[in-house]
Amino acid sequence: MAAIYSLFDALLPLTSPGHYIQWHWIQISVANLIVIILMIATFIAALVVPFPGRRRRRGGDE
Amino acid sequence: MSTTEIDRQWTTKFRRRLTTALPSEKLLPDTQPSYVASWIYVFGVATLSSMMVVIGTGCILAIMGPLWWHESSVGHFVNSLHLWSVEVFFFAMVVHLWGKFFMAAWRGKRQLVWMTGVVTFLASVATAFTGYVSQTNFDSQWISTQAKDGINATGGGAFFNVLNTGQMFMWHIVLMPIAAVVLTGLHILLVRYRGVVPPFEDTSAGKVRA
Ligand code: HEM
Repeated sequence: MAAIYSLFDALLPLTSPGHYIQWHWIQISVANLIVIILMIATFIAALVVPFPGRRRRRGGDE
Repeated sequence: MSTTEIDRQWTTKFRRRLTTALPSEKLLPDTQPSYVASWIYVFGVATLSSMMVVIGTGCILAIMGPLWWHESSVGHFVNSLHLWSVEVFFFAMVVHLWGKFFMAAWRGKRQLVWMTGVVTFLASVATAFTGYVSQTNFDSQWISTQAKDGINATGGGAFFNVLNTGQMFMWHIVLMPIAAVVLTGLHILLVRYRGVVPPFEDTSAGKVRA
């Protein structure tokens, strides 16, 4: 079990202090930044990835 | 009882109002307009589904209690399910609200759909906050001692004392969940009542659409 924990901790350190990015007075944790980037990526994917089962007809309104 | 008497009953009037506003075909329709066939429309239901997991795991935590979620591995696991379903819930809710913002989905008398969404979002933030201070660990101690000055500065501390674990726990497991569920219910009934907002008109005059 201890080996699994130390492996996990090396891959994803959850017990050490978080990392922060700072630019003047703007400060954000890397974790929060990653989540925001993932949300934006998901939003764009939701608009462009075709929805399964949607009939595409050429030359007219769907 | 005569029919006019029946017509005057508040129960009769109430039922008629409800069934004309939301007949069953409108409440649970068989088909949707073709533009709904897009991933962006999935995020409302994704928010709803993750909320159900949040509430289900929260009920297990409530039944078993803090000692269990701190000390047993199954308790840790359910605690993690609760936390991570909250993460998914907020993630889906934000993508959902971005989608509705760029569609201007408040058009056509749908202001209340949007506004119930806004209030649900705020209620969810408050629910999450009372959850963080209800963990009963060093993290919740840190958060509550940091938050108390901010809340005291608003004058709210007299009624909403973040250092009072019992009070925060009650807000988290009773009052806020009721508020969030009722608001979500209203939100979804309003979506069904108003129907899905149509897309913007294509104003590019003379353009031949492929
Ligand atoms: C607990 C949180 C929420 C849940 C469970 C939820 C659920 C839903 C569902 C199932 C739909 C219909 C399907 C869809 O279009 O995705 C919907 C529509 C809608 N939601 Fe939410 N929602 C939530 C939060 C929000 C928030 C935060 C906003 C915006 C501030 C919002 C604004 C809207 C609007 C405007 C519509 C109507 C869209 C239309 O007419 O096409 N919702 N919501």
